[in-house]
Amino acid sequence: MTGAPTSVTTSDGSRRRGDRGTLWGLFALPGTVWLLVLFVVPFYALVCVAFGDIDPVFRNAVPAWNPLDWSFGTAGEVLGEIFGGSLRKVFLRTISYVVCAVVLSFFVGYPVAYYLARHAGRWRGLLLALMVLPFWVNYLMRMLAWVNLLQVDGWVTRAFSVFGVQVNWLDGQPITVVLGLVYGYVPFLVLPLYAALERLDGRLLEAARDLGAGPGRTFRLVTIPLSRPGMLGAGVIIALPMFGDYYTNDMLSRSPATEMVGNQVDFYLNATTQPQKGAVLVLVLSALLVVLMSYYLVSTMRIQREIRA
Amino acid sequence: MFLPVAIAVLFSFNGGRSRSVWQGFSLRWWTGEPNASLLHDETLHSALRNSLVLALLTMLVAAPIGITLAIGLARWRSRMASGANWLMLVPLVTPEIVMGASLLLVFTNLYTGIPLGRPAQLLGHVTFSISYVVVVARGRLLSIGRDYEEAARDLGASQFQAIRLVLLPLLAPAIFAGFVIVFAMSIDDFVISAFLSSGAGSETVPVRIYSAVRTSSTPALNALASFLVASTLVALALGATVMSWFRRRRGTKESALADLTSVGI
Repeated sequence: MTGAPTSVTTSDGSRRRGDRGTLWGLFALPGTVWLLVLFVVPFYALVCVAFGDIDPVFRNAVPAWNPLDWSFGTAGEVLGEIFGGSLRKVFLRTISYVVCAVVLSFFVGYPVAYYLARHAGRWRGLLLALMVLPFWVNYLMRMLAWVNLLQVDGWVTRAFSVFGVQVNWLDGQPITVVLGLVYGYVPFLVLPLYAALERLDGRLLEAARDLGAGPGRTFRLVTIPLSRPGMLGAGVIIALPMFGDYYTNDMLSRSPATEMVGNQVDFYLNATTQPQKGAVLVLVLSALLVVLMSYYLVSTMRIQREIRA
Repeated sequence: MFLPVAIAVLFSFNGGRSRSVWQGFSLRWWTGEPNASLLHDETLHSALRNSLVLALLTMLVAAPIGITLAIGLARWRSRMASGANWLMLVPLVTPEIVMGASLLLVFTNLYTGIPLGRPAQLLGHVTFSISYVVVVARGRLLSIGRDYEEAARDLGASQFQAIRLVLLPLLAPAIFAGFVIVFAMSIDDFVISAFLSSGAGSETVPVRIYSAVRTSSTPALNALASFLVASTLVALALGATVMSWFRRRRGTKESALADLTSVGI
């Protein structure tokens, strides 16, 4: 036959065409180059600005492209402020906000995900679509909606004043920011949690019941431990963006009393001419988050490998 | 969950100037008011235009790059391939502020030929969208498998023909889902657009909402936000409809929802 590619039939009958590595490599080339140029290099630029210099006249950053030229003066300054100075409160506050928000999100999101995964049955498609929908409603729109409700003449404020409680929700209240974070990020929690819970083997739960455990005990001793990896993964998925969040705080409470790390970064990079400090802050934040990020990447790869097998 | 948003949308039709005190139904903020309504206010207009143009351009650039990357990653077998795979996954877990900050710094210090504003925003949007396209396409690629292409090769097709005439049509629903998802994510993006904007001229709708929420107090803002949400939902609904149309033609059983929800997993 002319033009037909030769093939080798191996002993089990499957045919292998000798993976044309170069062809597939070429396919992957545009995307990989793009990510290198516009993701990896910018990160390197970030590092170089953080460890670079400041032009004394124009007060803008002079990045040090050669690692040998890196100077750690500003970095040391910022680290000093983090561990002992003005930035310490911000970091601690950010961590506490994120932890509270993640925990609260679980209280709201876990039952929903659980119900979807194990009981929804016929309604599952529709409910899933409904669950996904907030994910696609613009985050800022959702915050705007709450700002409207929590304004001085907003419905929530007026409802509370009926009971004689007068609270100015939008002025430096930590609870507003935390609840705002929860409202904002719960949709991002439900979906991965649902995926993980759906993968639970129902037979294990049945086995527990067969062995005499009531629904409460089954839940506590079987369901929760089994869903722990899924919970960790979903928790990380929402914790990561929360750490970098600054707009929630800015929209819901313009006060420095509730500032998060993201606000500081935004401040240094956009509002003032101290890009160096901003860059260092971003690096510190990334270093803190690298643990979370790698955990998530590793577990994703593991799941992918399981799916492939 | 939807109640606050529904209320906000409702208030965009408010007769009065307030965003929280209901004063009767009216289309004032959408079309009526001569200077401040959505139809007339130039700043709101330009924000909307920026968002839509940016989303369209991003979609046209990111989807092809992402699809080719997905195909390449699914088939490539070498050590470099797993490196590329990691590279693709990292943007997904990177907080937007890190990406925004690094992009801002790189455009002001290294790639200074590229101005801030729409060009920089476009490049930034494409960068974070590529990984999402790969994730969406990957599931479909795995389920398609290599058999169809190999059958085509056996029947005499060249590698390129096999890809063009067999794989791509099979991949069409995922490609389409990729387009839709990139459009929706780009329209909703805030952090990257804000960091890379060059001032009021290149504001996108989310940036506009952010800067106006505590100052401007007309319901036109609600109208703007509602329009944004509506366009996202329309894009998604269109995507889902086209995809179920695809499915019915092809007779496969998977739900159209699966592609759209796979982004969250």
